[in-house]
Amino acid sequence: MVSIDRRGLLGAGAALLASPALAQPRWPARPVQMLCPWAAGGGTDAVLRIAATLLERELGQPFNVVNRTGGSGVVGHTAIAQASPDGYTLGIITSEICMLHWQGLTEVTYKNFTPLGQLNNDPPGIQVNASSAYQNVQQLADAIKASPAGKFKASGTGQGGIWHLALASWLGAMGLKADHVRWVPSNGAAPAMQDLAAGGLDFTTCSVPEARAMLDAGRARSLAVMAPARLSAFANIPTLKETMNIDITAGAMRIIAGPANLPAEVKAAIEPALKKVFDSKEYQEFMNARGFGLVYADGAGAGQALAAADKALGDAMKAAGLAKA
Amino acid sequence: MNELMEGVRLVAAPDVIIAIVASAIYGLVVGSLPGLSATMATALLVPVTFWLSPIAAIATIITASAMAIFSGDIPGCLLRIPGTPASAAYTDEAYAMTRKGQPEVALGAGLWFSAIGGIVGTLSLVLMAPLLAEMALSFSTFEYFWLAFLGLMCATLVARSSPIKAIASMLLGLLIACIGMENPAGTPRFTFGLTDLLGGIEPIPALVGVFAVSEVMRAMATPEPPKMPHRKFGSILAGQWKLTKKYQWPMWRGNIIGVIIGVLPGAGADMAAWVSYAMSKKFSKEPEKFGTGHPEGLVEAGASNNASLASGWVPSLLFGIPGDTITAIAIGVLYMKGLNPGPTLFTENARSMYALYLIFIIANIIMIPLGIVMIRIASKVLRAPRASIMPVILLLCAVGAFATGNNLFSVLLVGVFGILGFVMERNGYPVAALVLGIVMGTMVEQNFITSLIKSDGDVMPFFERPVSAVLAAMTIGALLWPLGVWIWNRTGGRRLPA
Repeated sequence: MVSIDRRGLLGAGAALLASPALAQPRWPARPVQMLCPWAAGGGTDAVLRIAATLLERELGQPFNVVNRTGGSGVVGHTAIAQASPDGYTLGIITSEICMLHWQGLTEVTYKNFTPLGQLNNDPPGIQVNASSAYQNVQQLADAIKASPAGKFKASGTGQGGIWHLALASWLGAMGLKADHVRWVPSNGAAPAMQDLAAGGLDFTTCSVPEARAMLDAGRARSLAVMAPARLSAFANIPTLKETMNIDITAGAMRIIAGPANLPAEVKAAIEPALKKVFDSKEYQEFMNARGFGLVYADGAGAGQALAAADKALGDAMKAAGLAKA
Repeated sequence: MNELMEGVRLVAAPDVIIAIVASAIYGLVVGSLPGLSATMATALLVPVTFWLSPIAAIATIITASAMAIFSGDIPGCLLRIPGTPASAAYTDEAYAMTRKGQPEVALGAGLWFSAIGGIVGTLSLVLMAPLLAEMALSFSTFEYFWLAFLGLMCATLVARSSPIKAIASMLLGLLIACIGMENPAGTPRFTFGLTDLLGGIEPIPALVGVFAVSEVMRAMATPEPPKMPHRKFGSILAGQWKLTKKYQWPMWRGNIIGVIIGVLPGAGADMAAWVSYAMSKKFSKEPEKFGTGHPEGLVEAGASNNASLASGWVPSLLFGIPGDTITAIAIGVLYMKGLNPGPTLFTENARSMYALYLIFIIANIIMIPLGIVMIRIASKVLRAPRASIMPVILLLCAVGAFATGNNLFSVLLVGVFGILGFVMERNGYPVAALVLGIVMGTMVEQNFITSLIKSDGDVMPFFERPVSAVLAAMTIGALLWPLGVWIWNRTGGRRLPA
């Protein structure tokens, strides 16, 4: 019979505690914290949670999602950037990181992160009410050009939000001023789509997945998507490139990242794991079901995408008079 | 009929039954923890639903959220910690009943009328979904502005103190709602360079602070009251049938108002409870009893609250427009499970819809037995000595606030609002009106500004659109009514009952 006494238990406990320090195993040797700058239940949270579950399967350690919300995303992004670069605090960053600093709301830019892999990109779309007279995007564009400034009203998100900048970029590409179409700030894409259906707006520039329920209900039509290629889930919607030869690439991106100066060992371990997560059946099914755009880039590619978005969004914000600097 | 049977079969599957029972218990426990909201209970379920069948996944969300909303009333009634902005409308009333020694009547009313409201709301969803959805779609920002304005005016009706003080604390709430950059211009206001203030003041920490923390402070500042005589906790359901008969008309009014307001995305349960409580007082034969532990308002507001929850699913299911944060999460789950919101859900996927209705009704029925057990366990709290219960409340407030965003700033906010609430109540300013200001302020401003942007600064559309005109007439009438009564009295007319 084996007797278990208190001293033996303490000894065993101490041995357990000490073992990671003695062995110095490869990353990850203990659970990894994944920060999400947006609230639980939202789209970014959902993407991070499924990625975290699948990362756990690839790398054998729990990846715990923690929502650090507040300050319109500033709080959570800052927490990721300022975390100790040991690979045990990572997170998901979104396009807002390329906007907040232009507004003078934070010092943190995409340069304060080590991008590890892009998991998603949702380009802006152009949606009109189902009873609208505009059958294609060229007709809408001509009508906008012919109208006095401020006659057309559009929405999709708050003032200075990503879809507002998409509108500014589109107008800029047509040679119009950024405020030629008046932006009606809304509390997100869903209220904007409701107002579009209620007849309060001329068009919205939110992403197609966000407009999807109204499109399915036959209350709205999508005229174009501002992306280099058609979306696989919405293949019947033409791109702005093919209809008007206008290239707008900035969309809402979701990228897994850590603080700057992450050890090479961590990058070497997580980048291939993220690629596997992206290619997994579960992830693909999840993203297709939600209608989220499946766009992958490795760490370096995600870094380039961030740099390009930072410049494009900064230009759009300056044009729209939204940038501080 | 065939499809109804199919729906029954879908719900009767073992995995669905297990999901309903497990998520019911989970929802009851999470909801009863002060500061942990129904939204959080739902959000934490999302990763679990990845691995469930479609019907089981939706069942967990529906059941857990209904349970969490009900059990959020338990700490509100026993400890004066409201779980949601909606329950803040009647927290004081329920707590007053507890202090009168009738916690079982208050909690029983919460349980019984929540269940009735939930079932009525579900029936409205079954019978009138397309009609209600059309109504929701006819609401543009102009209508929302008047509705939110009307909601704000409930502040004076709900309060037991002088109307001037109620308006003053409601205006303070509006000022607090100005903080942050979540305003139409997207410009930071009153943030003093603090990043944490950029997102504005969340209602939950403010709510927990002004009600619970200030209550702890007041308890510390007053001598311990004589111990309540030790008596058996009475039957929870016994008196409810009598209440149902006595307050039948307020109950139905609450149900109807709840269904109508609930269907409007963004207004939802928060406003339904406030409006119903205010209406109940306005039309009651004995309004002077309100606030002293009188069940009438609880009956109406409790029914309204849960009726709005069920009808809030109408715009979510038909157009994918979330009525509140809970349905926003649920829409995500619906898409993930291939039950895409839209009119086709009702036609091509009718059996799933029937299954959904059944789950709503089952959830509201099993709420009664499970709720009784929960109330019995929770009521033990009342027997604990005050010196040991107060520190625990404070701790729970801090934990709950931290949990909303894993952000220490919320804990600080709870403390600040606790002091504010204490000072206000000492001087007779109702804190419920402050909360109403914080909750409604953003809505009033957002809809006012965006309406003006759309109309190029013209105020006429506020009165020209038909629904808008009706709401405007109601609002202005309610504003001018007390003034009219005052003038009538001054000019020597016969006295009107005020």
